[in-house]
Amino acid sequence: MSTFIQVAVNGLGKGAVYALLALGFVIIFKASGVLNFAHGSLVLLGGYVAVRTENHLHFLGSAILGVTAAAVGALVIERVLVARRPLADPISLALLTIGVDVVMSEEIIRRLGIEIPFLGKPYDGKPVHIGSITLFRTQLIALGVGAVLVGAFFLAFRFTGWGVAMRAQAENREAAALMGIRSGRVTAIAWVIAGVLAGVAVLFLATQDFSGAGLSRSTHAVALVAFPAAIIGGLDSTGGAIVGGAIVGLTESMSAQYISYDFSKIAVFIVMLAVLIVAPAGLFGTRERTRV
Amino acid sequence: MSDDLALTDEDLEEPPVASHRLSAARFLDRTLVGRTVILTVIAIAVLTPPMYLGPSWMRVGSYVMIGAVGAIGLTLLTGQAGQLSLATPFFMLVGAISYCVLGSADKPGKVGYGWPTWLAMVGAVLIASLFGLAFAPVAGRVRGVYLGVATLALVYVGLYAGQRWTSLSGGTANGRLAPDLNLFGITFLHHDNREKRVWYLFLALTVLAYLMARGAVRSRPGRAWRAIRDNESAAAALGVSVKRVRSEAFAISSGYAGLAGVMTALWYRLMKPDESEFVGTYSIQVAIAFLAMILIGGLGSVGGAIAGSALVNGLPGAMTLWIGSNHLFGSGDTAVTPVIFTAYVYGTAVVLVVLFEPGGLAALGRRGYLWLHRSPLRPYLPPPKGN
Repeated sequence: MSTFIQVAVNGLGKGAVYALLALGFVIIFKASGVLNFAHGSLVLLGGYVAVRTENHLHFLGSAILGVTAAAVGALVIERVLVARRPLADPISLALLTIGVDVVMSEEIIRRLGIEIPFLGKPYDGKPVHIGSITLFRTQLIALGVGAVLVGAFFLAFRFTGWGVAMRAQAENREAAALMGIRSGRVTAIAWVIAGVLAGVAVLFLATQDFSGAGLSRSTHAVALVAFPAAIIGGLDSTGGAIVGGAIVGLTESMSAQYISYDFSKIAVFIVMLAVLIVAPAGLFGTRERTRV
Repeated sequence: MSDDLALTDEDLEEPPVASHRLSAARFLDRTLVGRTVILTVIAIAVLTPPMYLGPSWMRVGSYVMIGAVGAIGLTLLTGQAGQLSLATPFFMLVGAISYCVLGSADKPGKVGYGWPTWLAMVGAVLIASLFGLAFAPVAGRVRGVYLGVATLALVYVGLYAGQRWTSLSGGTANGRLAPDLNLFGITFLHHDNREKRVWYLFLALTVLAYLMARGAVRSRPGRAWRAIRDNESAAAALGVSVKRVRSEAFAISSGYAGLAGVMTALWYRLMKPDESEFVGTYSIQVAIAFLAMILIGGLGSVGGAIAGSALVNGLPGAMTLWIGSNHLFGSGDTAVTPVIFTAYVYGTAVVLVVLFEPGGLAALGRRGYLWLHRSPLRPYLPPPKGN
């Protein structure tokens, strides 16, 4: 039983990180109608800046710089590239972000060379013992930070002017524009928020506790595991992203514990396929209806 | 539209009916001359390199042709039928494993059926397309970017299967040797002129792949694909069975990827599953490279897919041979290698294509052809075609 609780809590901690990434996918999808394949690069960018500034600043300072870098990166991608093609079809836009991703990730990984730095020195590799249960400190902090950020996001989404404008625009872009909502600004802020979430996520991703892998190609690959989280919940459902994140985190840690570590990677994707066969637009996603 | 213009122009110049037939015949004749010239130039360009280029260049060329076959399959699926897929490497892996399993003799720890290798090749393509058909419950229902992520799952499945079922795949450490293709007495891998023979073999396969794809695009299947891509409801109203066509497109594309997989195994003379999902012969990186090829070439364009492969698959090898080293700029661990440089090039090209020329190289080619049509060469050129 204690193993189960241990695995569940650690899984939820991972799930919180996946939820941050998945929420980023969803926000961007709602704002621009594009599945952002460059998210993994934003994660790498945030991590890279944090690593490079770590020696000169405190952990917190470098973390803030990293998060800022990821947010600026997202803003630049949106303003310079995606915003120029508001009418392109979703597949072309997805391919556009793939192009961005290839260039950004190759460059960052080349700059890292053979070094594989780890982030999160204050909490990484310092497990917490409660009775017979051992919990990873990284996952616990991720859970807390994730809860705070997600809560803040939902409050902002519900009550601030931006949140209302964003929801109006997602519902009906033309009507929102006619009501005087500045689409460009709303969309740009959405990308910045997604960038911030990616920048925070990498602080937990590139640790011993989370994946055992430092900042490298595999960090980028872990960001891909957040795709199923967004898809399971439904690409246009913010609440779905949180549920999806939890499902993915739990699936991964449970199958790693009870089946095998190798299987845990594909278990997530098998769950996603099963969900898609039943609900082709995810659990909470809006189904496309055609009217003839 | 430009066709109509061209014809009226011709009519104006030519006097009445009687000589019109003659002029039509002459017109046909001249374009036939032009067409023959174009075909001859292409034939010389692809048939003669083995006579003056070294084996390393042959390998670069063969690698481009592997990419071309896979990219043609993907452009049918993504460009013509509008289904985003990242699963090309998975079906390549299925093809490569099937070829090795069917074509090699049974050994302890490694299953083999010892079929004639040409039959194993056909079998591998069929098995890959059956796997594609088995994905129908997802491929027939799930749309757009959702399908893209769903197909990503297959890459992970392939990774796991390759690591796990070592009696089939040979395992990530050693892999298994690809059996030599024996085409009615002609062998390819165990021969002094190996690279040249592989070049001609791959050339034949690429031409076959090209002709079949072009045939499909120009006839009923292609029309059905484009119909469901552009408007599913309208296509269904016209009697296209949407689910069936979507699944078929997926299966056909998988067959192409399977053939590319067999070619990959022959090229390396080894079939070795990957150790990580992100880097390797059958990895996500390869899936992305294939998408880059078809986008740069022009989504849905069969010829464009080949051009895209020449850039994405050809550039790293060609650059290494040109500069004679693996380091382009800088040195040590952070040097820019031709592989990384190519990634920059095609990543940037993808962005530029989406922003400025969504039709890719195919659209540029069409524009160039129209420009030629305004030159004195015009009577010798076949009329320009639409998609």
